[in-house]
Amino acid sequence: MALATKPFDLAVIGAGVVGCAIFRRFALNGLRCVLIERGTDILSGVSKANSAMLHTGFDAPPGSLEHACIRAGYAEYLEIHDKLNLPLLETGGLLVAWTAEELAKLPAIVAQAHQNGVSDVRQIEAAEVLRREPHLAGEALGGVVVPGEHVIDPWSAPLAYALQAIAHGGEVLRSTSVNGGDFTGQGWRLATTAGSIEARIVVNSAGLQGDIVEAIARPSPFEIKPRKGEFVVFDKPASRLIGACIMPVPSERTKGVMMARTIFGNLLVGPTAEEQQDRDHARVERAQLEGLIARGVRMLPDLARENVTALYAGLRPATQFKDYQIEALGDRNWITASGIRSTGLTGSLGIARHVASLYAQHFGALKEAAPIWTPVPNLAEHRPRRYAQPGYGEIVCHCELATKVEIEAALSGPLPAGDIGGLKRRTRAMMGRCQGFYCSAHVAAIANGRVAGLPGDEP
Amino acid sequence: MKRHDVLILGAGPAGLSCAARLVELGIRDIVIVEREGVAGGVPRHCGHTAFGLREFHRLMSGPDYASRLAASVSGLGVRIRTTVTAIAPGGVVDIVDPESGPSRIAGRAVLLAFGVRETPRSTRLVGGDRPWGVTTTGALQQFVYIEKRKPFDRAVVIGSELVAFSALLTLRHAGIACAAMIEAGPRITARKPGDWFARLLLGVPVRTSTQLLGIHGNGKVEAIEVESAGKRRIIACDGVIFTGQFRPETATLATSHLALDPATGGPMIDQYWRASDPAYFVAGNLLRAVETAGLAFAEGRAAAESIATSLAGQLPGTGRMIALQANAPLKYVYPQRLALPLAGMSPLLLKARVERQAHGRLRLLAGGRELWSRTMTALPQRRLSIPVSHLPTGEADDIAVDFIEE
Repeated sequence: MALATKPFDLAVIGAGVVGCAIFRRFALNGLRCVLIERGTDILSGVSKANSAMLHTGFDAPPGSLEHACIRAGYAEYLEIHDKLNLPLLETGGLLVAWTAEELAKLPAIVAQAHQNGVSDVRQIEAAEVLRREPHLAGEALGGVVVPGEHVIDPWSAPLAYALQAIAHGGEVLRSTSVNGGDFTGQGWRLATTAGSIEARIVVNSAGLQGDIVEAIARPSPFEIKPRKGEFVVFDKPASRLIGACIMPVPSERTKGVMMARTIFGNLLVGPTAEEQQDRDHARVERAQLEGLIARGVRMLPDLARENVTALYAGLRPATQFKDYQIEALGDRNWITASGIRSTGLTGSLGIARHVASLYAQHFGALKEAAPIWTPVPNLAEHRPRRYAQPGYGEIVCHCELATKVEIEAALSGPLPAGDIGGLKRRTRAMMGRCQGFYCSAHVAAIANGRVAGLPGDEP
Repeated sequence: MKRHDVLILGAGPAGLSCAARLVELGIRDIVIVEREGVAGGVPRHCGHTAFGLREFHRLMSGPDYASRLAASVSGLGVRIRTTVTAIAPGGVVDIVDPESGPSRIAGRAVLLAFGVRETPRSTRLVGGDRPWGVTTTGALQQFVYIEKRKPFDRAVVIGSELVAFSALLTLRHAGIACAAMIEAGPRITARKPGDWFARLLLGVPVRTSTQLLGIHGNGKVEAIEVESAGKRRIIACDGVIFTGQFRPETATLATSHLALDPATGGPMIDQYWRASDPAYFVAGNLLRAVETAGLAFAEGRAAAESIATSLAGQLPGTGRMIALQANAPLKYVYPQRLALPLAGMSPLLLKARVERQAHGRLRLLAGGRELWSRTMTALPQRRLSIPVSHLPTGEADDIAVDFIEE
């Protein structure tokens, strides 16, 4: 079965944050785009679990593509977030040295930040660290402030990108796996579980499946090596304990465990960095979680009295290479955007611009249409939520103050929640401290069969 | 902003019984605030358990009991679907409701009766996948009794407190098979016939000394993995019900000016059910996690007496307080503070609990002198009562409750 009689200009495979941003970019450029996702909703893979930071790129490898994309992505987010009603919590970052060895590394970190164009980064004394963050353990020896590190909503942002693309004529196909494809010379005929899809250009932003999808076009030059990151989310009262995002001095292997406020008002500790083979399961493990909590309590002793609200784990699509794997295959009408490990949320808008420039180089000039702005509902704790205006029906989720009108809205519109996770990410319902004790049955009744995975669809 | 005589925050057994008693005491200017669409609290979704014997002298289902409670304040009316977003010193409360949005109300006295919730999987740090189908007894009950839905076909029940048996009955009512009841400890936590009840009456395999290692399932729950006596086992199921480990619903209070007791998890009170800000009173399960609805009901009524006395300007001030400490093996004692001079304390107060099983003597002391003691084997799931009649009246330097292990 052919899905569309007329071929698409461009097909994006994978609706993570990078796929959504690329989909948006080309739709804004006037191409007829389709975004293909194997999960039941967008953000079903890598992008459902990250540290939700908007990074400055102060610590990115100088001269890397990753650095360039982070800088461009950061700038574009600041430019568009108001128009899409996306929040920005300007926390700043504070990198803390806890040992003499770490303290000795701080000047080099500042120098690298300056080299990376993040010129407001500077080192501070131990006393200044504790003046800024009085709840931190007294053993802090010094720190580096990174004023531009901010916290954003990791799920509303890509949703807004996808919605804007849809407003510009883009189509989203969920629950659709791409199993293969033929290059006709003019374009691609993709074999999918929803039938054959024709597109002149294909973009591979398939995250954890990046190398498998890449094999449709060529033997993949990179191999995805999933790296798991587990996180612990503390209840909202804990977020009063820190102002800035508290970062460790990175080691060779990992950026390490950080503590950050979330846009939803919680406090987050994580991630771990664990190599694994499995691409489908991101399991949480008690020993790792206890390790994260112990780590958090060492840095922030008062955290010992706070309650854990949620746990999560995500898989990052690392490869054998450190940098992003982005290139255009000019003779195959294919663009690869893969190996985007941990900075994809910030980098996505920059990656999309870079991919568009590769397109222009290889496949023809792009025009820019006047953007249609598609603001999304605000879920950020520090800005007025829906319940602050009358006429919201009722508060359904008492922990997160999610209202009935928000839940109804998330179940309709051009990109309704495709599954229970999507509904949670769009509304916050069931994501609070009681994890659905009070509201899950009520949410199921409101959804009444409209989202996959909510039990009791058939009374 | 009009200041009412009394605000009651939470329309469960404690809040509603307090309101009804206040009316009997001649106080009429009362506003009851409830965030759900119906008054009655948790008993609304306890479809089976026996309620009401002590309060209404007959056995009732949870929903009947909840309706009866709600009817007892029908003259007052309850502001339903109204959420408390913050409390401020002196009885000033921020609320929000769907028709008028955010507003502020105040009471000369405010009763906090927010109740409890169960501890979810996340807080217990249970490992594995994070599929849909992992829930708590309260959510299960609401699916079954309120929304009339059958969320699972075959579930496992984690824990064996009394509420776990409520989960078993709820599963049976909905026609959901129970693959196992899993208890980490060597025996059932609820009182003795519990395991017989589960095994014989409901045919549920009860696995004690069994650790829950993790949950499996991509998207939906497929199984749990447990370990017992060094042997691992997979139990297929499509639902996991975490039961009990109740905790007071204090999220609104955690960032407020009120002093909380980390041991009870609830606000600190004195013998008049008064929080650290004397405009606020506390009753029911918010005090210390879960006890029966009957006790919460009785506490609400007792707190009403104190509130009425306070409105008449006749409660002792809070200037002179002595603290009650709980030392191991005691987990907590409440009230946490006693206002001087000591006088007429409710027999519902002076309760304690041990953090682990202990054998020895529970003692009440004044100035180091033993006023009362009892030798016992104390279990962590049992409430310990210290008879208040042994307390001195008037002035006192030092009152203590301790547990001497033997």
